[in-house]
Amino acid sequence: MERQQSRRGFLKTVGVGAGALVVAPVAQASSEAAPHLNDEEIGMLYDATKCVGCKACMSACKRENNEKGNLECERGAFDKNETPLWDAPNDLSGNNRTVIKLYKEAGHPWSYVKFSCMHCQNPACVSVCPVSALTKDKQTGVVSYNKNACVGCRYCQLACPFNIPKFQWDRAIPQIVKCNFCKETYLKKKGISACADACPTGAILFGKRKDLLQEAHGRLAAHPDKYQPTIYGENEVGGVNHLYLAGVPFAKLGLPALPEAAPPQFSEKIMHTIYKGFVAPVALYATLCLIALRNLKRDKASPHPIEKGDE
Amino acid sequence: MHTSAHTSYDVSRRSFLKTCTALTAFMGLPHSMLGKVVEVLESNAKLPVIWLHFQECTGCSESLLRSSHPTLSSLILDKISLDYHETLMAGSGEQAEKAMRDSIASNKGKYVLVVEGAIPTAQNGIFCKVGGKTALESLTAAAEGAFAIIGIGTCAAYGGVQSVAPNPTGAVGVRDLIKNKPIVNIPGCPPNPYSFLSTLTYYLTLKRLPELDSLGRPLFAYGRRIHEHCERRPHFDAGRFAKAYGDEGHALGYCLYQLGCKGPATYANCPVQRFNDVGAWPVSIGHPCIGCTEPDILFKTTIAEKVQIHDPTPFDSYAPVDIGKKGKGADPVTTGVVGAAAGAALTAAALMVKKLPGSSQEKKEKQDDGTAAK
Amino acid sequence: MHHHEFEKQEGNILTRSFFVLLALVMIGACLVVIRFAKGVGAITNMSDGYPWGLWLSYDVAVGSAMACGGYAMGFLIYIRNRMRYHPMIRSCLLTSMFGYALAGLSVMIDIGRPWNAYNFFVPSRWQINSVMFEVAMCIMGYTVVLIIEFMPAVLYSLETSKWRRLREFADSLPPFLAPDKVKMEAHIQRVSNTAGLIRPILEKALVFFIALGVTLPTMHQSSLGSLLLIAVTKLHPLWHTGFLPLLFLINCIYLGYAMVVFESIFSSHAYKRPYEIRELSGVGSIIPWLTALWLAVTFGDLAYRHQLAAAFCLDFYSCVFLVNVALLVAGSLILVGAKNRKSPRRLFAAAVLIILGGGLYRMCVYLIGFNPGAGWRYFPSVSEVMVSVSIVAFEILAYQVLIKLVPVLPRVGLHDPETLGTNKPKQTVTA
Repeated sequence: MERQQSRRGFLKTVGVGAGALVVAPVAQASSEAAPHLNDEEIGMLYDATKCVGCKACMSACKRENNEKGNLECERGAFDKNETPLWDAPNDLSGNNRTVIKLYKEAGHPWSYVKFSCMHCQNPACVSVCPVSALTKDKQTGVVSYNKNACVGCRYCQLACPFNIPKFQWDRAIPQIVKCNFCKETYLKKKGISACADACPTGAILFGKRKDLLQEAHGRLAAHPDKYQPTIYGENEVGGVNHLYLAGVPFAKLGLPALPEAAPPQFSEKIMHTIYKGFVAPVALYATLCLIALRNLKRDKASPHPIEKGDE
Repeated sequence: MHTSAHTSYDVSRRSFLKTCTALTAFMGLPHSMLGKVVEVLESNAKLPVIWLHFQECTGCSESLLRSSHPTLSSLILDKISLDYHETLMAGSGEQAEKAMRDSIASNKGKYVLVVEGAIPTAQNGIFCKVGGKTALESLTAAAEGAFAIIGIGTCAAYGGVQSVAPNPTGAVGVRDLIKNKPIVNIPGCPPNPYSFLSTLTYYLTLKRLPELDSLGRPLFAYGRRIHEHCERRPHFDAGRFAKAYGDEGHALGYCLYQLGCKGPATYANCPVQRFNDVGAWPVSIGHPCIGCTEPDILFKTTIAEKVQIHDPTPFDSYAPVDIGKKGKGADPVTTGVVGAAAGAALTAAALMVKKLPGSSQEKKEKQDDGTAAK
Repeated sequence: MHHHEFEKQEGNILTRSFFVLLALVMIGACLVVIRFAKGVGAITNMSDGYPWGLWLSYDVAVGSAMACGGYAMGFLIYIRNRMRYHPMIRSCLLTSMFGYALAGLSVMIDIGRPWNAYNFFVPSRWQINSVMFEVAMCIMGYTVVLIIEFMPAVLYSLETSKWRRLREFADSLPPFLAPDKVKMEAHIQRVSNTAGLIRPILEKALVFFIALGVTLPTMHQSSLGSLLLIAVTKLHPLWHTGFLPLLFLINCIYLGYAMVVFESIFSSHAYKRPYEIRELSGVGSIIPWLTALWLAVTFGDLAYRHQLAAAFCLDFYSCVFLVNVALLVAGSLILVGAKNRKSPRRLFAAAVLIILGGGLYRMCVYLIGFNPGAGWRYFPSVSEVMVSVSIVAFEILAYQVLIKLVPVLPRVGLHDPETLGTNKPKQTVTA
């Protein structure tokens, strides 16, 4: 009888405790207010209606990222000058950090679209990387990759709602590859990314997010018939720094409809509540030690007969 | 069959046939029509043509004269009876005007009127008078008996340089004045002479005017944009541009879009037919296209201004937004192997279940019997 | 330390199954060499849309849950103080130890830049928001704890073993290779003595490792579920929920118990030992409570998120979900009946159903319910499957070898009436 009471009591305590620990963060995760957007971060505004599909941005990007170790461009074995060959990519890949794609459907107006890292305000990739290989710069907001930290677990690929980070599956020494706004190269020298500099029509604008938003809203107000009524990236997944204006629906361009909450908000809230201050694990360990020690003592005091029957 | 027409001009049959073949192709006709084209160009029938000049620089006529070895050009012009052409005709003054009036009267309904230059309409059109008559009057009089009007050059087609704002003379193209006759526009500044010559040959061969676009231009010559068949298009697509005249990109022959090439918005055949029979055209020698066949580009926009690329049919080798299946999915072999492995595992488990004793009692009995639990 | 409860399994090490399993392991080893020479994509079908394939979803997620026997039994024995299950603990530990070590090996094969793994030990690199960081540290720690928990058995073996096999092997070697007999005996003596010295010290401190061995899996098994919390837009709503950590935790516990039942019956059948019906019946009785709790949370959560319609709409995802539930319900219903729990056949069948259902759940969360967007598709390649198979083969192989070298399996006849109620060991009966 005594055993049964203690068991019931035990189960009750554990149940209530565990339940509280688990339900609370789940309930709270959805009601958490959105973290503050930082509009001082630098970003990119891509206006699809101005893009002429010249792909100068892709060429400039390849030239900029053409480190010997990265081998982003194919090289001809015959080529002494090591001029990169053009690999005509049709998607982002382990060799390609930006791509111009064409949306063309019979009976609909067509449009170009440029894909590259969205440099989110609250990046999922940064939140999930266990070794801080992906980090978000505090000032510029650029999300960049450090191959010396990366273990290649590819959690960032799983986390990114835009499927941006690409992995070099065909290399023995692979890296994760994505746009980093030319952080170490062009951006340092000229304050602008290589693709923005190369664009002949000004379809790619580079600057502070707040200025870009202002410009974009201005264009929407001035030519409402030319554009889709929203700026893609303004609110998606907590706001991103790579903004889009287009004349055709964003979904047709391959820009997915996404919720306004950033994924890390959901996951981090739950994890932080469970593990905050590491209190719960330590408390659990301490409790278990106490119980186990007490059981050991009891064991020594009265040698444990092997019981008959079920509990 | 050798006729006097071409042997007297020392053109070999081979050369003649080559020209006919080229012309047939240029007109967008199938090769099977070559016979007809040869027949027409060999015959002695002549089409009467009245050629009027108004507000123009005569560049279009000059372009025609540069079309080839004089022999070939003459060969074709021999097919028409050029009854009035102020630059080329021998006569002048009253004599010339009378010849025109006589031709119009005797060839009523059967002649082609070619107009070179714009027609001023302000103040009753007094800004251009030939032989005491305003351009407006001459045009109206000549157009009445023509079965078709060819407006050669941008000036005749749309009004040209003189029609640029503020257009003090009220210059307009033929299409703004004549509404009741078929008008074929051969714009360009100057146009490719073969566009004009082929239009005539087309008519002579098929006895009808070629298919025209919404601006009255023959589709065989003006059906495609410069951008779509320019030899520098790969540079455009790969993002290689000349940024300034004489820079490295310019010297390497890169795309001139950033220097203001209007190719993407201009319909013409310059990259194909080229000029002066030496294979040269503006872009090939490093100057951007100025859009001279378009009503809204030449003289209406600056040469350096970059043009917006509005219309459909971009180069087809872009990556589509939807590239279909990505990643490696199931194929028959893999599915088969994996399915077989899973099946084997489940079967093993099921067999095992069967082998096991139903209860420990059963097991004891089996053991007592001395039979192995197999 | 209750060493008398365990015995070595008699028999040859180099059996037929040994060589079959060895062949499978060799195939996998060759494939792994190719993977390191030519990149992960050379032998797998993983892609940028599906960066985690069979290896992480099965070998790590499902495999580590199947290795939760040590955790589940540890809790039952040391925390709930059910010492009558103690004889089973070593085989559970062994399974868990191999399960986790091989899950770790799978990770080392799967990740692209394993030489940078040292970054997990560089505090400046720690990114504590990352669930994967927690999983990695906990799993590494737990594997060490498992090895430490298993050490008493190994040390005992080193201490008391007659070293028969080693002496036979030394004798069988040709003279020029044979070691100096005197030196060998001296070495053996030294090893035995050292083992004898370390063991009591370790056994005194063991309880703290045991408690750690219950804490750590609670953390990382739930975190294995939390890994998918971030995939808000990619994991199907049937499976994406804030309750993922709780569901994974309950799942690993009933999976652990089911694996204990499965392996015990399998071992007993394979080595012609008596079935441990009494213990298994007890363990089996716990499972339905856990699956019931799991199902309650699952369906309660689905209802709360208005996803019940999705669960029953009978599209592909709904069908997989329902199969999953059916497997768990079927297995649990069998285990509810007390008579069923006394039957090895029914226990085994129920255990298989629970393992399939529990494993399927984890595969659903990691792979089947995961959809990164239009166009992406994934199905494991033959090589990928072979590597997983060879890893499982290695586990079985190592288990088979170790139970013959170290006293792991419960001693037969512990329940015999003459020894019942005492701690006196029965005379060992050769099978």
